[in-house]
Amino acid sequence: MSSSSHGSAVSAGSVLSVDGVSRWFANVVAVNDVSMSIGPGITGLLGPNGAGKSTVINMLAGFLPPSTGTVTLDGAAIWKNPDVYRTIGLVPEREAAYDFLTGWQFVLANAELHGLGDAGAAARRALATVEMEYAEERKIGEYSKGMRQRVKMASALVHEPAVLLLDEPFNGMDPRQRLHLMDLLRRMGAAGRTVLFSSHILEEVEQLAQQIEVMVAGRHAASGDFREIRRLMTDRPHQYLIRSADNRALASALIADGSTAGVQMDGDAEALRVQAVEFRRFTELLPRVANEAGIRLYEVSPSDESLESVFSYLVTS
Amino acid sequence: MNATVVGLTGRALFGGRRVLLLLTMSLVLVALASVLRLTVGVDHEVTADFLGSVAIGALVPLFGLIVGTGVISPEIDDGSIVYLLSKPLPRPTIVLSKLVVAVSATVVFATVPTFVAGVVMSGGTGQIALGYAAAALVASVAYSAIFLLLAVVTKHAVVYGLAYALIWEGLIGGYVPGARTLSVQQWALSVTESVARPGTVSSDVALGTALVLLVVATVAATWYAGRRLRVLTLATED
Repeated sequence: MSSSSHGSAVSAGSVLSVDGVSRWFANVVAVNDVSMSIGPGITGLLGPNGAGKSTVINMLAGFLPPSTGTVTLDGAAIWKNPDVYRTIGLVPEREAAYDFLTGWQFVLANAELHGLGDAGAAARRALATVEMEYAEERKIGEYSKGMRQRVKMASALVHEPAVLLLDEPFNGMDPRQRLHLMDLLRRMGAAGRTVLFSSHILEEVEQLAQQIEVMVAGRHAASGDFREIRRLMTDRPHQYLIRSADNRALASALIADGSTAGVQMDGDAEALRVQAVEFRRFTELLPRVANEAGIRLYEVSPSDESLESVFSYLVTS
Repeated sequence: MNATVVGLTGRALFGGRRVLLLLTMSLVLVALASVLRLTVGVDHEVTADFLGSVAIGALVPLFGLIVGTGVISPEIDDGSIVYLLSKPLPRPTIVLSKLVVAVSATVVFATVPTFVAGVVMSGGTGQIALGYAAAALVASVAYSAIFLLLAVVTKHAVVYGLAYALIWEGLIGGYVPGARTLSVQQWALSVTESVARPGTVSSDVALGTALVLLVVATVAATWYAGRRLRVLTLATED
């Protein structure tokens, strides 16, 4: 380790690897045997709250050791290796960021901490990238949430890192700030940087990420580009268990529509087992049909184990 | 040492209301000393009692606690330490920089007032003021290092720090002579004993032992704090 350093220029092709990683806290498994490789371009880490996304980001950022497995940057272990921060820029989720400093002082301090040759120039450039020069003389404590997010972003960009990690970067942003950040991240990705961001909102990830990694309940549920993920979530037949005020009437109303492939009365459970052909149409159909027929729905749950995770994700997001 | 870490830490420490609290306590010490001087007159025994119990026994450990934890605890609590840690900085450098700020603060707010109080009460006689100031200085360094380590290791640093200062040094040290060997306060008083005129102050620990223990405690605490900062995990809400 050496305290002197220079900003790493974008060395194209930095790869983050998560290999057979589990992480537990006391008795709780937060991340369960996850393997993924994140290369240049924009990757979205998608999943509901509590899926283990932050745990993965924290391990990739070197602030948490995996309980088992390895987490590496270009082959080098990230844990206990501060040298990786020459390559990694981190935008944490938490807002706290030296409220008593002005935006300029904060970003400059970050540049100095990196030991950059011309910290002032680096700070100016980073603030210009996020278009925050207009507010750089104001204290961070006076910033709005979106402004904080941008100044945090600037602090992560001062050393022009090849890898950018962002934990829920769109949280609390208004639509305009969201578009601005998306545009910025797209440019980063196009420049050959490895950008990984987490989000629990499918639309955000879909709009931005070329590669999507889905996490549900600590597991790596799916991986692919957005078309693959969409198909996985919507196009496969789904089975649901439905309880309602009048199962028989609901069954006949549902079977009349093409998006239902089969309806079975389950006498023991006093429920319907419904096979849906297409997820999206079915989710629109069910409440409409129930409403028109005046049938109250008590319970709708997926009975298909493998897709329960995906379903629960969609209904919670 | 890293100038930026020192600057950030200094601004955080002296920027808030904490500094007013420290300043008030320092002024109270000097004010009390003045009152004693006016009411009792010059009595070196009173000076030694007062500085030993109030300055070295209470003020210095308290300042060490407030400042030693104050240079890092808030950042760990609110997570902003991530901005220091996500840099290619050796962790011991971060700890050392923060220790420098803590020691500087305790010197300004505890050592100097102790010296001033000593001069007010006894003038330059028998180097009493100097002796206690020297004790305050070494104790400031040791307490800062120990409480800084405590802040890195646990979120309840203030509670454990108070327990050490009040229960171990104050209570157990008062009844169990053996406990005094492992007491920053006694090590510091040993320094006073050697500086001040013989017979004014007594400590249970020999100077050589005291100095060695002071150095060992400070260095070990700082070294270990660096190790622990290296493996500091950030709590996840996810």
